[in-house]
Amino acid sequence: MQDESAAVQTADLAWMLVASALVLLMTPALACFYAGMVRSKNALNTMMMSVVALGPVALVWALAGYSLAFAPGNAFIGAADFLALRSVDLAPHHGMPHLLFMAFQGTFAVITTALISGALVERLRFPVYLVFISLWLLAVYAPVAHWIWGGGFLAGDGALDFAGGTVIHVNAAAAALVAALVVGPRRDYGRQAMLPHSVPLTLMGTGLLWFGWFGFNAGSALGANASAALAFVNTLLAPAAALTSWIIIDLARSGRATAIGAATAIVVGLVVITPAAGYVGPLAAMTMGASGVIPSYIALILRARTRLDDSLDVVAAHGLGGATGAVLTGVFADPAWSGGPAGLLAGHPDQLRAQLVGLAVVIAYSSAATFLILRALALVVPLRDAARMEGIGMDVSQHGEEAYTTGDGAILITPGDRPARPAAAASPALSGGAS
Amino acid sequence: MKLIVAVIRPEQLGHVLESLFHADVRGLTISRVQGHGGEIEQVETYRGTTVMMALAEKVRLEIAVSESFVQPTVQAILSAARTGEVGDGKVLVLPIDHIYRIRTGEADQDAVTPVTTQAAARH
Repeated sequence: MQDESAAVQTADLAWMLVASALVLLMTPALACFYAGMVRSKNALNTMMMSVVALGPVALVWALAGYSLAFAPGNAFIGAADFLALRSVDLAPHHGMPHLLFMAFQGTFAVITTALISGALVERLRFPVYLVFISLWLLAVYAPVAHWIWGGGFLAGDGALDFAGGTVIHVNAAAAALVAALVVGPRRDYGRQAMLPHSVPLTLMGTGLLWFGWFGFNAGSALGANASAALAFVNTLLAPAAALTSWIIIDLARSGRATAIGAATAIVVGLVVITPAAGYVGPLAAMTMGASGVIPSYIALILRARTRLDDSLDVVAAHGLGGATGAVLTGVFADPAWSGGPAGLLAGHPDQLRAQLVGLAVVIAYSSAATFLILRALALVVPLRDAARMEGIGMDVSQHGEEAYTTGDGAILITPGDRPARPAAAASPALSGGAS
Repeated sequence: MKLIVAVIRPEQLGHVLESLFHADVRGLTISRVQGHGGEIEQVETYRGTTVMMALAEKVRLEIAVSESFVQPTVQAILSAARTGEVGDGKVLVLPIDHIYRIRTGEADQDAVTPVTTQAAARH
């Protein structure tokens, strides 16, 4: 991180503008990644659960979340200095205009909330989801980001998280686990096979996620510098090793390398290297990628045998991947490459302790707070729709649209038509259930 | 011999297949169709265009069975496809003139008798 008072360098500014846009792309990319894995009747709803985070979550971030996370405050929460972007101006801040730093961090906040949706697809009512992720951003994401990135107590304890292994992936996965338990499994979960409706869409999402992840990891160097180059290359090599490792395991187990497996491997490899991207050397990154997929691979197989409907395996991919990455950061952090912190192999075993403390604190807090938010929401509104609407699919029941329709039998309703049912035409999302 | 044609809700298909399996009904064909059974139409909106979906997605099952299987098959479909709402579908039972099994050339009753376990074991 550069001196606050230094003028912004043009190269840094250019890179951070691009990196912010790259991270933003990851949210619609996640929409594709997730949507390919659900049934076609829920494709739009699943995509919307990611895409919509770009609205309210980004807004809540700018108005309040950013201040709670990054304004100087106490060890636990940021102060109100930056509420509604007060004093967030174009003056240099971490080597870039302060406003840009806010936006760059905002793109991380957006995708973190979207990640949780993978455990809730095909069943959570959409309006409830909107309220949930907005509250979660303020109550969970902002404080956790403050603890590690905003000068809070975990940063003071020495926890390393270069681009968000703990703050983003473990945090979202802990919330996903609890949310899946509170909301409950899909009604036909475990009784009916639920196959991915478009594996190509998932693979396309994976590619776009990887592309965006260069902004996520290399952008977290907060400038166009050597650290960004290191993070960039590690973001290339770790998923490459993860993919290779996964394919070998797949081939050894079943004789077939699967496409969904490849997509999962790339994402897990990206998650594993995220906390370490600017702290470890390239050989360590490959080691982390290759070994980091193993816990996730095992967890994916075991989870499917349980009643836990973490539908798109947020816990196995992001939770275990993030936790493995955080621990391995404590092992492989190498001052020879980063000029910064040292891990176990560089003779600093205490780093491993700091990593474990960080993980434990974030998992405990995120789980507890998510539980309280969802339970409180459940007191006020139903979290789920009627069984019949869930059967018809969330696209029609929540959005009044279909992802794949031939248009056969669609009768145009013009204003003035059917005066008996004006409410239905005006509010299509409700008409299916209410009328 | 009867041809049983059932039009059901797609979301009930899993239940119906399970139910038919338990009733030992093995040979069947399904197709995705669209139809209207008096249910309330879904209203959908795409930008400024609001439409009423007069045709709903349905699944049609076609099952040729011998006389002794007619009632078990019909009952299996009725119990598994029912939600109680308008639009659950219909089950039609039609007479069949002849049935031929293409693989063996067997006709009529023989053609709808399930392949014996012995024959299946050969594959």
